[in-house]
Amino acid sequence: MRRTRLWALFAAMDLVVAACANAPSETTEPTESPPATEATTTTTAPSGDDTTTTSAAPEGPYEELARAMAGEYAGTEVEVLGQWLEAEADNFKASLQPFIDATGIEVRYEGITDYETVLTTRVDGGNAPDLAQLAQPGLMRTFAAEGKLVPLSGWFNTDQLAEDYIQSFIDLGSYEGELYGIFFKGDIKSIVWYPVQAFADNGYEVPTTWEELIALSDQIIADGNGNPWCISIEHGDASGWVATDWLEDILLRTAPVEIYDQWVNHEIPFDHPEVLEAAEYMRQIWFTDGYVYGGNVGINATWVGDTQTPMFDSEGPKCWMHKQAAWIPAFWPEGTEPGVDSAFFYFPPIEEEYGKPVLGGGDQFVMFDDRPEVRALLQYLATPEAAKPWIEAGGFVSPNRSVPLDWYTTYPNDELAQILQSADVFRFDASDQMPAEVGAGTFWSGMVDWVAQDGEGTEEIFRRIEESWPTS
Amino acid sequence: MATTSRPATAIRGLFGAALGLAATVAILWAGLGMLRDEDGPERLVLGFYTLVGASGPAEAIRTYGLHPMAAKTVTAVVAIVVGVGGVWALFTAANLLTDRLGPRFERLVRPWVFTGPALALVAFYLLFPTLRTILISATEDGGLVANYAFVFTDRDMLIALRNNALWLIFGTSGSVLIGLAFATLVDRVRREALAKTFIFLPLSISMVGAAVIWRFVYYWRPPGEEQIGLLNGLLSALGYEPVAFFQSVPLNTFALIVIMVWLQTGFAMVVLSAAIKAVPQTMLEAARIDGAGELQIFRSVIIPSIRGSLITVGTTIFIAILKVFDIVFVTTGGKFQTDVVANRMFKEMIRFRNDGRASALAVILLVAVIPIMVVNVRNLRRQGVGS
Repeated sequence: MRRTRLWALFAAMDLVVAACANAPSETTEPTESPPATEATTTTTAPSGDDTTTTSAAPEGPYEELARAMAGEYAGTEVEVLGQWLEAEADNFKASLQPFIDATGIEVRYEGITDYETVLTTRVDGGNAPDLAQLAQPGLMRTFAAEGKLVPLSGWFNTDQLAEDYIQSFIDLGSYEGELYGIFFKGDIKSIVWYPVQAFADNGYEVPTTWEELIALSDQIIADGNGNPWCISIEHGDASGWVATDWLEDILLRTAPVEIYDQWVNHEIPFDHPEVLEAAEYMRQIWFTDGYVYGGNVGINATWVGDTQTPMFDSEGPKCWMHKQAAWIPAFWPEGTEPGVDSAFFYFPPIEEEYGKPVLGGGDQFVMFDDRPEVRALLQYLATPEAAKPWIEAGGFVSPNRSVPLDWYTTYPNDELAQILQSADVFRFDASDQMPAEVGAGTFWSGMVDWVAQDGEGTEEIFRRIEESWPTS
Repeated sequence: MATTSRPATAIRGLFGAALGLAATVAILWAGLGMLRDEDGPERLVLGFYTLVGASGPAEAIRTYGLHPMAAKTVTAVVAIVVGVGGVWALFTAANLLTDRLGPRFERLVRPWVFTGPALALVAFYLLFPTLRTILISATEDGGLVANYAFVFTDRDMLIALRNNALWLIFGTSGSVLIGLAFATLVDRVRREALAKTFIFLPLSISMVGAAVIWRFVYYWRPPGEEQIGLLNGLLSALGYEPVAFFQSVPLNTFALIVIMVWLQTGFAMVVLSAAIKAVPQTMLEAARIDGAGELQIFRSVIIPSIRGSLITVGTTIFIAILKVFDIVFVTTGGKFQTDVVANRMFKEMIRFRNDGRASALAVILLVAVIPIMVVNVRNLRRQGVGS
C-alpha cells in the first residue's frame, strides 16, 4: 500500500520535472536538480518517510543518477543478481534502499548459491539480469570477450572514477582498454587470525617478520600447545583456493610486484623459478611436521568454514594461527566475537625490499542491459553513499577511496582500513584473474594434489598447471 | 438439388474445419504468450473487467496491481486450459479437418495427424540438440581434432575415463549380482515383503541425498578427535586410526561406487525377484525330479529363464552409471583422482566455458550408450515377440 502511494507521488513529480526540463533538453545536472526539489515541496507528501527524497538529491557527477534522483525513472525496475545471501544480502539491500527511496526505481536483488553456474546459464540463455555482481575479474573478461557486457565509456564519468578509485581497481574492471565493471566491495586477504587471550597467557607476541612467524610456530610446538596453524582447503568443487591465496600472498613478499603481474598475465611461465621459490616458503608452514592441525589429510578434508573451529576449543586452542580474509568470523562457533576471542595481525613481510604488500579481492558490478535506470543504479553503486549503510552494518570495506575513514567505527573494519592505508602494494587475487581453466581449474586442483602428496613433487605439479594454460 | 449442393457443403465443411484449426492454434499461441508475459494475468483480468463493464474493480487493478496470489492462480488456470484443453482442441480440430479431406487423403493423412506433433516434439527436443552438440564439439574451442585429442590425452581426462570404466564394471556388476543374490534369498524368507522394503528403500532417495548421507558415513576427523563418521567411529572404537576414505587412492573411487550400488541394488532386486517368481514351479520340480541340486537349478534353469530381465536391469543400471555425476560432485567434487566424465563435462561447460570440449565429452557419452541401447531394444523386441 505504502509503496503504491509513493509511486503516485513520484509519478506526479515526474510530470512536473518533465514540464520543467522541456525547454533546455541537454543541460548539465546542476540545473536539473532544483526543479526536483521544487517538485517535492509543491506536492503534499501523504506519508512521513517520503520527505527523505528531498535530502538525497545530489547534483552529482553522474548524469543518469542525477536524473534518477530527480524522479525521471520512477516506476521502472532493475534486476540485480549476486552471491550475497542472508546477512550479506540484507546489508546489500540496506545499501540499495536510499537509492530506491530517492528515485522510485524498484530494485530487485536476488542472492544465489552456486552463483557462477546460475549466472552463466542465464546469460547463455539470453536471460541475463540487468546488473550482476562478480567476484572474479576472469569471469568479467569472459563475458566481455563474448560481447555480453555493456561498455561504460562514453556515458560513465571516468574523471570521477579516477578520483574515487586507485588505478588497479579500474584496470581490474577493464577488458582490452574498455571499462565494464565498477568495484563496490573490497576484501583483504593478507591477515592472520589468532586467539588474543591465549597469546597473552602464553606470552606470545604478534610476529612482524617471517622469521618471527616461524620462531613462534616452533615455540608453540615446543610448549606442547598443539599445532601452530589452522589450515584447510576443502570447499566442494572450489577446493584449493585457500592454497592459491597463500601462494600469491607469499609471492608478493618474495618477488618484485612486476613478477606477480607477469605471472598473472602469463608473460612468464606458471612454474617460473620465483613462483617455485614462493612455494618453498609455503611448504615450510604447510608441510612441516606438526605445524598444521590434522596434517595434510586434514588440510584436504576439512571444510574452509570449519578451519578455525579448533582454535576455540574449550580446553584451549588446538591451532593458533589462521590466515583468512575478514569474512571468516561469520563461520566461527556460536558465541565467539571478532576482536575479543580472535583478532588478526598483518601477514608479515618476508623480504624487506618488497615492503608491505596486500593481497585482496573484491566484487564488481557489470551491466548486461543498457537502460537509463540501470545506468543510474550502477552510478549510484560507484558513490561513497552506496557503501555507507553496509559499512555501518559492519563487515565491509569499500574500495572507493573517497569514503571517509571515520565512517569505519567497528572492528575489524577500522583495522583493515589501517592495513590498506599502510600498504605499499595492493594486488588482486591472481587465480581470480587467470583463465578459468587455470584459476578455477588446474591451479585449484593442483594445490589439492600437492597437499595430497604432502608437498612432494612441487615442480611436477607446477609444470602440469603451466601445460594446462589455454593456448588461444 | 442434393447432387449440386454436395461439393459446396463439403468445401464449406473443409473451410470451416480449417478455420477451427486456425482459431485453436491462434488461441493456443495467445495463451502461451500470456504465460510468458509477467504482466499477462493482470492484463487478462483487467481486460475481462473492462469487457463486462465492471469499472470499479478495473480501476482498483489499475491503481494497486493484481494481488500476486491472484496472478498466480490466473496463470495456473490459463496453463491448465491451454495445456490440457488446448491439446484436446488441437487434435479434435485436426481430426475434424481430416474427416473432410475425403476417403483417399484421409487414410494417408490421419496417422500423421496423431503422431505428427509427438514426432515434431521429439525432433525439436531430442534430435536438434543432439545434432547441435555434435556440431559444437567440432567447431568451438580448438575445433574437432583439438577437442577430441584433449579428451583422449589430457591427464585429468584419462583419469575420468578410467574411473568411468571402473564405475561401469564394478557398479553395474555389483548392483546386479547383489540384487540377484537378494532376490534369490529373499524368495525363501518368511517376511519377504519386509526384507525387500529395507533393500528397496534407498532407491527412493535422490543421488544427491544418498551422497550427503554417505559423506557422513565416510566422514573423517583428525586422529585423536571424536569421530562422527559411522565407519571411522567403528574403526576408532576397534582401536584403529581413522581412514580418510575420500582421499585414499584408489580406495576412494570404490567407496563412491558403493554408494551407487547401495542405491541401485533395490531396483535390481525387485525386477529380478518378480522374474524369478515367474519361473514356472513345474519346471523347477521337473529339474528336482531329474536330480538337479539347488545350485544347478539356479544356474541352468532360473538364470536362463530370467535372462531377459537380467539384460533389462543390467542395461538400465549401466546407463544410469554412465551418467554418474551427482555422487561425485557432492562427495569429492572429482578431487583425489575420482573424477568422472559427466563431472568433467560440467566443469568444462560451466566453470571454464569451453563448450566445444564439453560437447565432445557429451558426444562420447552418447556414443558409449549406443551399443547398450541396441542390446536393450533387441531384448525388448525379443520379449515382445515371445509374448
